[in-house]
Formats: sequence, C-alpha cells, structure tokens
Amino acid sequence: MTYDETTLAQLAEDAAAIIARYPVKRSALLPMLHLVQSVDGFVSPDGIQFCAEQLELTAAEVSAVATFYTQYKRRPNGEYQVGVCTNTLCAVMGGDRIWDELSEHVGVGHDETTEDGQITLERLECNAACDYAPVMMVNWEFFDNQTPESAKQVVDDLRAGKDVAPTRGPAKVCSFKQVSRVLAGFEDGRADEDQGAGAPTLAGLAAAKEQGWKEAAK
Amino acid sequence: MTDLVPVLSATWGAEQSWSLDTYTEAGGYAPLKKALGMEPGDLIQAVKDSGLRGRGGAGFPTGMKWGFLPPDDGGPRYLVVNADESEPGTCKDIPTMMSAPHALIEGVIITSYAIGCNHAFIYLRGEVVHVYRRLLQAVREAYEAGHLGKDIHGSGFDLDVTVHAGAGAYICGEETALLDSLEGRRGQPRLKPPFPAVAGLYARPTVVNNVESVASVPAIVDKGVEWFTAMGTERSKGMGLFSLSGHVTRPGQYEAPLGITLRELLELAGGIREGHELKFWTPGGSSTPIFTQDHLDTPLDYESVGAAGSMLGTRALQLFDDTTCVVRAVTRWTEFYKHESCGKCTPCREGTYWLTQILKRIEAGRGTEADIQQLLDTCDSIAGRSFCALGDGATSSIISSVKLFREEYEAHVEQGGCPFDHSASALFDYSDTPATEEAHA
Amino acid sequence: MTATADKPAAEVVDTVSLTIDGTEVSVPKGTLIIRAAEQVGIEIPRFCDHPALKPAGACRQCLVDVASPGPDGNLRAFPKPQASCTMTVTEGMVVNTQHTSEEADRAQKGVMELLLINHPLDCPVCDKGGECPLQNQAMSHGRPESRFVDVKRVFEKPLALSSEILLDRERCVLCQRCTRFSKEIAGDAFIDLQNRGAQQQIGTFDEDVLDFDGYRPVGAATVDEAGKAFSSYYSGNTVQICPVGALTSAAYRFRSRPFDLVSSPSISEHDSSGSAIRIDHRRGKILRRLAENDPVVNEDWISDKDRFAFAWQNLSDRLTRPLVRKDGELVETSWPEALAAAAAGIKAATAADDEGAARGAAVLTGGRVTLEDAYAYQKLARVVLGTNDVDSRARVASDEEQAFLGTQVAGTGLGVTFGELEKAPAVLLVGFEPEDEGGVVFLRLRKSLGRQQVLTVAPYLTRGAEKLGATLVPAVPGREAAALAELPADASEALSQPGAVIVLGERAAEAPGAFVAAQELASSTGARLAWIPRRAGERGAVEAGALPGLLPGGRTAALKGPRDVVAKAWGVDALPSAKGRDTAGIIAAAAEGAIGALVIGGVSASDLTGDVAAALEATGFVVSLEVRRSEIAESADVVLPVAPPSEKPGTFVNWEGRLRGFATAIQTDAMSDHRVLDLLAREWGVELGTGTVEAVNAELAALGAAEAAHRPAAPKAKAARNPRAKKGTAVLATWHQLVDEGALQDGEPYLAGTGRVAVARMSAATAASLGDAVSVEVSTEVGAVELPLVVTEGMVDGVVWVPVKSPGSWVARDLRAAAGAVVSVKGAA
Repeated sequence: MTYDETTLAQLAEDAAAIIARYPVKRSALLPMLHLVQSVDGFVSPDGIQFCAEQLELTAAEVSAVATFYTQYKRRPNGEYQVGVCTNTLCAVMGGDRIWDELSEHVGVGHDETTEDGQITLERLECNAACDYAPVMMVNWEFFDNQTPESAKQVVDDLRAGKDVAPTRGPAKVCSFKQVSRVLAGFEDGRADEDQGAGAPTLAGLAAAKEQGWKEAAK
Repeated sequence: MTDLVPVLSATWGAEQSWSLDTYTEAGGYAPLKKALGMEPGDLIQAVKDSGLRGRGGAGFPTGMKWGFLPPDDGGPRYLVVNADESEPGTCKDIPTMMSAPHALIEGVIITSYAIGCNHAFIYLRGEVVHVYRRLLQAVREAYEAGHLGKDIHGSGFDLDVTVHAGAGAYICGEETALLDSLEGRRGQPRLKPPFPAVAGLYARPTVVNNVESVASVPAIVDKGVEWFTAMGTERSKGMGLFSLSGHVTRPGQYEAPLGITLRELLELAGGIREGHELKFWTPGGSSTPIFTQDHLDTPLDYESVGAAGSMLGTRALQLFDDTTCVVRAVTRWTEFYKHESCGKCTPCREGTYWLTQILKRIEAGRGTEADIQQLLDTCDSIAGRSFCALGDGATSSIISSVKLFREEYEAHVEQGGCPFDHSASALFDYSDTPATEEAHA
Repeated sequence: MTATADKPAAEVVDTVSLTIDGTEVSVPKGTLIIRAAEQVGIEIPRFCDHPALKPAGACRQCLVDVASPGPDGNLRAFPKPQASCTMTVTEGMVVNTQHTSEEADRAQKGVMELLLINHPLDCPVCDKGGECPLQNQAMSHGRPESRFVDVKRVFEKPLALSSEILLDRERCVLCQRCTRFSKEIAGDAFIDLQNRGAQQQIGTFDEDVLDFDGYRPVGAATVDEAGKAFSSYYSGNTVQICPVGALTSAAYRFRSRPFDLVSSPSISEHDSSGSAIRIDHRRGKILRRLAENDPVVNEDWISDKDRFAFAWQNLSDRLTRPLVRKDGELVETSWPEALAAAAAGIKAATAADDEGAARGAAVLTGGRVTLEDAYAYQKLARVVLGTNDVDSRARVASDEEQAFLGTQVAGTGLGVTFGELEKAPAVLLVGFEPEDEGGVVFLRLRKSLGRQQVLTVAPYLTRGAEKLGATLVPAVPGREAAALAELPADASEALSQPGAVIVLGERAAEAPGAFVAAQELASSTGARLAWIPRRAGERGAVEAGALPGLLPGGRTAALKGPRDVVAKAWGVDALPSAKGRDTAGIIAAAAEGAIGALVIGGVSASDLTGDVAAALEATGFVVSLEVRRSEIAESADVVLPVAPPSEKPGTFVNWEGRLRGFATAIQTDAMSDHRVLDLLAREWGVELGTGTVEAVNAELAALGAAEAAHRPAAPKAKAARNPRAKKGTAVLATWHQLVDEGALQDGEPYLAGTGRVAVARMSAATAASLGDAVSVEVSTEVGAVELPLVVTEGMVDGVVWVPVKSPGSWVARDLRAAAGAVVSVKGAA
C-alpha cells in the first residue's frame, strides 16, 4: 500500500471512529469509502484495500460497493466536482443548454477532468432542488437558478482561485477532499453558514401569509 | 380556495431557522416531553388514529406499519429514516432538513420511543453536503440538550442516532435496498417476505419511514389527532408538502391539506408562466403516469389521483407548458431509470436499456411507427414483472405519454426530428443553435 | 463389509396440498412453487434458481400466475405474476404456469426476449452450446425472432478470473449463481457484482477492468499469499452451475461439443471423500470432469482438484507395454516375458544364499489403489512372498495408528457420515485441515456455519478453518496429544453434546499419543471418532489389510487365531508370523540392503522422507506396477503397466466406510493392479483369485469383519515432549495444500496456476528472532527450502510451517524431515 505511516495512522483512527457508529461494522463501508476519497481525491485501489482490511471483506466485495454508487470516483477527481442536472425538469428549464455551453467552455465532457486538475464535469440526476431549476452542484453544494453565463462564471471564479459561495450552503465551496471528509461523518464547523432559504423554499409560507396565516405565538 | 397550512414549514423563514434555539423557541421539543409521558402503545395508537400515511410515495398507513413490529424479544429494533430523496421532481425533504432539521430529529425520538428503538439511523443521500452538515449538527445539539443519549429527560429511554450518508443511487430510496446499503452493501432490493418489520436492518425488526412522515409526528402529538384528521380527505388525512416546479411562476414548497387541487395550487403560485398554458404534469414525480389540463380539478389525495389513473406519490408536481416536447421529457426520464437501475432483475436492467435506445432514436428523428408499439410492448414486459417498483416507475411516463400524446411521438417519426424549439422551454433566453447530440447521455 | 445405503430416519413432515396446472400435488411445508412443480413433471424455466442455493428471484424467468385462498376462504389471484422460485406453497394454492396461463406465458416470453437483447450470438463458438439452459429455454419459451434492432452492450472478452476460470461478460445473464455459490457455499467472496444497471457484471477487483486509476497493481485478493484473483478451491463449480457460457474453464475451452462426448459416472480418485463425478470423454480421451449430484456424499459439488486434475493419466510418460531391464536399459517386452522375468527376479533375489540366509520381499502399494488392488497386493505379499512387509501408507505412519485403525476403523462399516458431520453440534479436528486436506468435507462443514462449533488442533488457524469459524486449540506439531489431554473445559463440554464428532486426519499419525488421547476424549465426552485420510485408497487398504500388522477385516497379523482364519479362507496352511515393517521401515531396511525384492505400486518417491534412491539401489530386484514411467519405475527391474481408475472397474472406500464402486469409463487394454498381480502369482503356481473385481469382493465378503478378540490390541503410545527451544531452530509444521505439485495434478497448468503461492509461516515473535527477514531458509542436514516469510497472527511460537509439496518446497525430498521434527531456520533478505 502506498499510504505513508502518518496517513495510514490517521486513516485507521478515522476508520475506528466511523465503525464505532454502527452495531455491525460492515455498515461503515460507505462512509469509509468517502473517507478514502477525502485522502486520495478518489477511491484508489489502495483505498479499496484499506477498507477491505478494516472491515474484513475481500477487495471484490469492496469494489462491488465502490462501483455501484456514482459518488465514488475511480480516477483522481478535480478539486471541484461540477455537476449540471440534466434530468427532465432541469434539462427542459435550460439545463441541457447550460451543460452544452459549460462543457464547451471548460473543454471537457461528462466524467472528465480539466488538465489543471481543477474541474471535473458531470451530468447529474435529480438533486432534489427542482423548484430552483436549472440546478448546478459544485462539490455537492447548491447552485440554484443557473444560466449558462452564471455557470461559466462560477467555474471561471473557481479556477481563478476565488472563494465562491453557493446559493444555499456554506460561506464558500470547499475542496472535493474536504467535502468528502464531511460525508464520511466528520463535521467541518460550517453548518451555521447560510446563504438564505431561497424564495421557492419560502414560497408556500409567503402565500399562506397572504391568505392570512399567522405564525402561532409561543 | 383551500387554505395552506404551514406546519413543518412554519419556521423555515426564521432567523437561523435550523438551530436548536430557533426550533425550541417556536415550541420545539415540547411534544417530545409530552410523548415521553405517554405509553409507547398509546403513541402508536395515536398515529394510527391520525390516519397519517407514509409521505415517501407509497402512502402506507404509518401507524399500521409501526404496529407490524413483532413483540419485544429482548433484541434490538431499529428506526431508519429514508432521507434519500431522489425521485425526479421531489424536493420537499431536502428543504425540511436544511431549514428545520430538528423537526426530523424530534420526530425520530418520539417514533423511536413509540416502537422501542434505541438506535435510529437517518439515511441521507450523499449529494447534499450542507444538509448533512445541518443534520450532524442538529444531532449533536440534541445530545447536548439531553434530547438524545441515555435516560432522555429522566424517562429511562435511551436513544442514539447515526446520520449516514449515501453515495449516489436512486434505488436506495427503495426501503429494502436502503437497508442493504445501510449494511454496507450494494443497494439492491431484497426479497419480501421477510418484511422489514420482521427482519430488516441486520435482520432485526425495523421501521423505515420517510422524512416527512417522521417529521409530522411531533405536530400530531402536540396538536392532537383531531387537529390532523380535520385536514385532508376521508382516507388521506392531514397536510403535506406540495412541491411545484417547472413552468410555474412561483415554484416552491406549498404545505396544504391533502385533497387540494392543482388549480388551487397554481393560483397560489401565480399560475403557469406568462403567455403559456399547462400542457402536462406529474402528480407524484416521474414514476407516476402524467396528467394534463384535464386533471386540474382532481383532488390531490391518494384515492382521487388513483382513480384518475395515476398515483399521488411524493406530491412532486412538475409542471410543463406548451413549449415542452413530451418525447424529450419522457426520454430523459427513461435515461434516468436506465442509469439508476440496480441491475438485479432482467426486466428493468435490460428493459430500460432497450427503451432508452428506442426513445433516443425517436427523439432524434430516426424512429418508426413500429418503435412506438415496441415501446409499449417492452413496457409490458417490465411492468409487473420486475423485482421492485423501479421497473414499474420506468414505464409510467412512457405508457401514459403514448396514450395522451401519441401524435407527438408520431410527429417525431413523420417529421424526422423534434418539432419543438427547445430554447422556448428554457427559463433563460439563448440563441437557437440546436442542442448537440452530446446533450444525451 | 456391508453395503452402504443410508437408512432414512422416519420423519413426520407437515405437507401442503396445492394445484399446479390442474394437477394436485402434496409437498412438505416450505417447498418453493418451482420445486413442487418439478415433482409433477412441470418444468418452469429459470436461470437464477438452483436447489442448493438460497432463492434470489433475480432473473424473473420463472413467473407464474398464483392464486391463494384469502382469509375468507375465497381464491384471490395475485395481481401480477409471481416468481415461483421465491414463493413457498400454501394450502389450497392454485398455480398456473406457462402451460395454462396466457399471462404467465407472455411474462416468461417477455423476460426471455429481454435476456436475449444484450446476449451475444456466441453459440457457434461458445462452450455451452448444446448443453445450454439459455438455448434450451429460449427454444421452448422464447420468440423465434428478436425485435431488438439497436446496439448491444459489449465487454472485452474473456476475462481470466483465475488461470482456470474464464469469464465472458457479454454472455452473463446476471443470475448470480456463481457469486452466491462462492459466498454462501465456499465462503470465498472473490467475485461479486460490479458496476450497476446494464453495465453490471461479475468480477473480481481488477482495476483495469473496472477502470480504476491505480498507481501500481494491487494484485492480492486476500491479505496473504493467495495472490490470485479468483482464489477458491471450488471455483470450478461455478462453471458447472453457470446457466450460460459466461464462465468456462481454460482447460476445456473450445475443446469439444457435448454431443461428441460420452459421459460415464465415476468416483474421484483425489481424496477420500469418494465424490461422485462424471467423466466426459471422446475417442478414449478424457476432456472434462463434472460433479454428479450425490445428496449423501458430495451433494452438487466437487473440489477443483477433483474436477481438473485428470491429465496425469495420459501424459507422455504413460506406460502401455511392460518393460524389462536388459543390459541396464528398460526395454519393452511382452506380458508373458515380463511376468516371467519379474517372478524369476524376485525368486532369485529372495533365495537363500550359500550360508542359508535369505533376504525377504516387501510390498509398497501406495495410497491410490482401489479396494481390490489393495487386497491383491497384501494377499500376494502373504501368500506368495511370505511376508508381512506390506504397507499402503506412503506417508508418516505409526504402530499406534495401525492399532487404532484395526480396532476403530477396519471392518466397522459405515461410521460417521457426511450428514452426521454436517449435523454435529461440535466438531474437533485433529491433524486435519478442512479445506486443503478435506475438499468437499469442508463444504459440508461450512453448511453448518453458525450452528456448529468447530475446534481445530493445529499450529495456526488457516483460512479454511477461519471460514468455518473455528477456534484454534494451539499445538506444536507432534505434540497434539498434549493439547488433546489439556483441552479447555468449554471445548470438552461442546464435545459432550450428542452427535459431536472428533475428526482425526492422517497427520494424527505424526503425533505420538494422539490416537490414544483422542480415544480417551471420545470415551469421556461420548463424541464419535472419524478418520479422514487424504488419499482415495487409504480406507480401502485398511479394510483389505494392506498394512503390515493388519489382515483383511481388521484382523491382527500378530495373533495365530486370526491368521489361521484368513489362511483357511485362502486355502493355505499358515500366514507369515514375523512382524511386518511399515513403509518407513521397509525403505530403511532396503537402504541397508536387507530387502531382497520390492514390489511397488503407485508411490511417488518424493513423497517419502526415507532415502528412496538408496533403497532401490540396494534392493536386489524391484518390480514396479505403475501407470506412468515414474522415478521409481525408472529404477525398477521390471515395470508392469496398470490402469488408471478411469480405465478399470473398482471400488474406493471413502472415509465414511461407504463403498464407492465405479465401472470402466474408457475401454482400453490396461489392466488393474489386482489382475496383474493375479497373473504374476501364477508364475509361482498360485491361484491368487484376484483376477476380477467380483472375485475379490466375494472373498472380502466371505471373510467379513473381525471379531473383537481377533483385532489388534488397543493403541498405546506415550505423548511426545516438547523439544528444547534452541536459537535458530523451530519445529516443522507441514501439510499438503489442496492444489500443489502432487503427482496426480501433473500436466494441468491451468489448475496449477490457481494454487496458493508457497510461503513459510511463523508467529510474530518467532519471525522477530530472525531479524528483519523477508524470507526464511528452512534446513536440515540433508537440504534446505527457502520461501517468503508471512508473519501469521495467533500462530504457536517456535514453529515454522511450509507446504509439503508446493513449488519451491518439497519437504520430504529436500529436507527428509516430517512434521514435528526440529529444523534450522535462518532469515534471508
């Protein structure tokens, strides 16, 4: 395995913390794959071997899981996973056009990474933000109500090294590895950062108030 | 006009709405204290009496599901919250957990207490990291406030909650596939029987409930069964989040009693966008047969929608106007099902593979009349034959769209291409350079 | 010797009555619809269903219409067709299959059409063609033409999952029989489903195939030395149960069509389980072997060695003509000449010299002989050669073992059976490795995983033992008796449960006092004893008396009474009374020049620790009965060719004591050992009476089992003491890996490629004493073996384990040491 001693020790410590959350240790596999992804930037063969040893599984059993879920990347991922939803609703609302223009602008296609290792593009399935269509996700943070221009601007800013805030989420988009670590179950202290709930989320509430609904006094 | 009833969404506009303080100030965790003073059996009865039905799409009576658990045998039993919201069009659980995660947490605690669970899991899809942050923090806050952990508020009841992130698989929203995924395996559905209530997580009795179902429990405990049954229809009680998206003026989450109609919701949401008319829509996400203008007055409850030929599902109202090509929409949904098919069973795995190719040819103008019939024949080999409902869901939009918009399919065949201008359905303007073939997966 | 049918215990089962296609059928409660249908001759098409595997319901081919009585008693039809392979029958159920339900027929045709849309039209080049369930069921349940005009998904092919097992992913219908067998039955989850949806395929973790970006190859499928992708001793079973041609074996690929093959049932010659196999041959050449279903012995499975190791009998060194040494060279001769030369040579070599001293003759039969062969060898030894120097045990043996075999095993008929082993609440293994030495015994034990406590007396927990969930009872090799005497209380308690079994392997003979201790343990706990040797002929040889101190039926050769009984049956005055030597004794005596003539059957010189070359050199006259021109045959004075099991009829007695008879599969003019010996005896004017299988069995039947008084005395031996630990030494542990360089595995490189890499194992502490060593040199005064070192957790200190006959490690030949011996160990960089 190519992990150095320090990395391996940290991985083992984190793995133990993950395993402790479950009554049966095999359940730790999904978060553990996010964990190795947070170290290597993708699920590497070494990462697979690590998980296999930790959970007493064969490498085939681990790769069976790693190849089933789309969030586990098999090649070194870009610093920013940029996903454009092209499921029906977002596509019709303009997602298809955003994808075409963004892909051309960045110069890579689906599941491909730019030369500078910054951006990996992905065509996403529905990310449960349909009222904010067309939707883009960057490292699984919401970028709602996109246009081709806004999408390109986001990507350009990221590549220029600027801090970019999502439309709903933390103060800025973190790196792919950092976000993977959060998904492994380790808090990064950004939960209270906020960009506002967004008009669609509050649309019903606003309409209810117009109907005369009042918040109950407590 | 039916009144909207913000219950789960009531606090979403508050300052730091997700924090424990905001939730508590608005009355949160008082229901918990009330519930801890009740007998678990009475809680289950209350939920049964309320008529709450699973809000994750299937609509199975929640209290009845809790009641299926076998008697305590001394071993563990589990509550697993299905927060894998991935059905195209469905976007109600994510804002709930983003803006008011404690509603879910409190619901989890009360439900766990009712069913005798001491370790609950929340299975959240992995593609929403900020929601995950909010849930992790909410759980931590709950522990710190004594709402979780040992001997909660002196009741003698212990509960631990683990928030588990998925990794990108729509099929993990199917409850048995979710359980397999939670156990660290591929998310492929299991044989039923045994049902999860008898042998679920780690082969132990398990209740799997949707976020909204669980989050509705504190309100029922707080405001009472009568309050809940006063809303909705005879057999579809209570309120639910209706998610409007698409060509509507004000898309978003509208919490209303079950039985409200789309016409009413559209009025509240500013109608279809200026200059356009509603063409087709889904009542419950892409897995439900599509509706048209003919169904504007169909009450949106389980029975009425079922009688009208579709399913209430998750109340994911995707609204498409006259600029939208039905064939394009259906093709993209079918590609979704093909991408998400777990591969376990022949009909869904091979069938979605085949359907996608036919649809793409038709959309690109290389289809034939026979292809349209083949679509229906292939759907016939999938629906009712597949291992789980994903196969059935894949056929819904195809069968219903051919029935309602056959001429549009034929137009693609006859005209050798799509007669619609895609740029017209986009929410922004762009010059009419045709989308490249690249646009399709 | 009794025949062997199991008497079924009278069991009352709940039955359920239902109707299938209008026919009423009654089946035990819990029966699946698809099984119930088979009972009335209705075949519902299926792929993922297999009677020995848990239901999956994945392929959806077996859909039928089902209606069952509701709570009000009225028949309620299920709204959609149901998978008959996952649904159990209920009282009053009405099932309509494709024969009587249009809906079911349409559903099945629909599924079949879908299966074929991505299935390549490989039939012309696919091994499975002609015996393919997909072909057959497509013909009977499918459409004549496909309506699919689009693009099939393709995969590069074939993938070598191991050197033996090849996977054509395009053909796979994802029934998951292979992954389910590997995980459920064999416990080797080295293949699993990979990817998702239409791209889903079976595979190992192969980063190239799965498109992972690896910095360098990872390789090892397990932590240790397996190093192979699909590393399982039972992988060949997946080829047999695959319902399409996705899994094929490299040895058989493209070789034949099933309709060219003649199938003959037989018994595997590779271990003592007597697994039922099917030999498929064409024009006299064996092309492949399959498992036959035998619910009582091997169920549906065989080991890879059973399946693939058959090339040995037709290599270029196969003997077809007798050979006689003339002027130092072995020359082909006729049978009459060879037999005459053999007899003349033996007579001369054993004749009295001028002082009246005569050297005796000795017989080594080897452990591969059939029951009839073994009988003939020992009868020849006693009647013609006048000696008790006859032994079938080409391995470490002991008098203690012989006494045990004579009192507890020989002439006892059916003892512990496979079924009883499966049901035993507790099993103690002594000197027996379940996977490496047991083959299908391992699979049977594994069936009870979780319901059976397994303990193993061994220096470390092997992978096979781990897969059984076994607890290690640590023992230094050779000192197992002490471990047995000091068994922890909970272990003894476990063995005191009714049905518990103590399994003694042939390596118990390497541990002085082990048999005595095991017998004591058996009497104190009530556990039953089972002896499971490695070779197919061992138990038969015991029954036939092919041991120095045993006569047929368990009679001791040491007492006049039993000797006279046998002598009478054989029509001679008396049998030789001088104490016989065992194999080691014979070799040692021969090396000193004390043996005049040797008659040797199928023995590999490299399996014996004695100086075989010297023994042959110093012996006056050597007659070899062999299938191949082996090392021993090469040194013999007369070589008589004998038939391999596939070319003769015969019987193996398996470890249960069950007679496993087989008929000739391939007709040649090769003769069995017992027939050749019968001809040889005539040179002395003796009618040995072993000309045919029937004749031998008649004699054995007439002799029957010995009465108690005629058996040997109970085994006696003192347990060995632990050797004093000296720096730079360790106690040797060694046994055969299932796939290794044993002679019967020769000529089959694909199987050899699946063998586990040879390593040396030591505990962490013992390894540390070697310094920073990457490999270990294990040596005696005779020679050395160097292997990569694997530190093994939980291993007994002061022990080094190496495989006994794997590449780079031929212990008997190179070290001339056996397990339990003290060897030198040195670390190497």
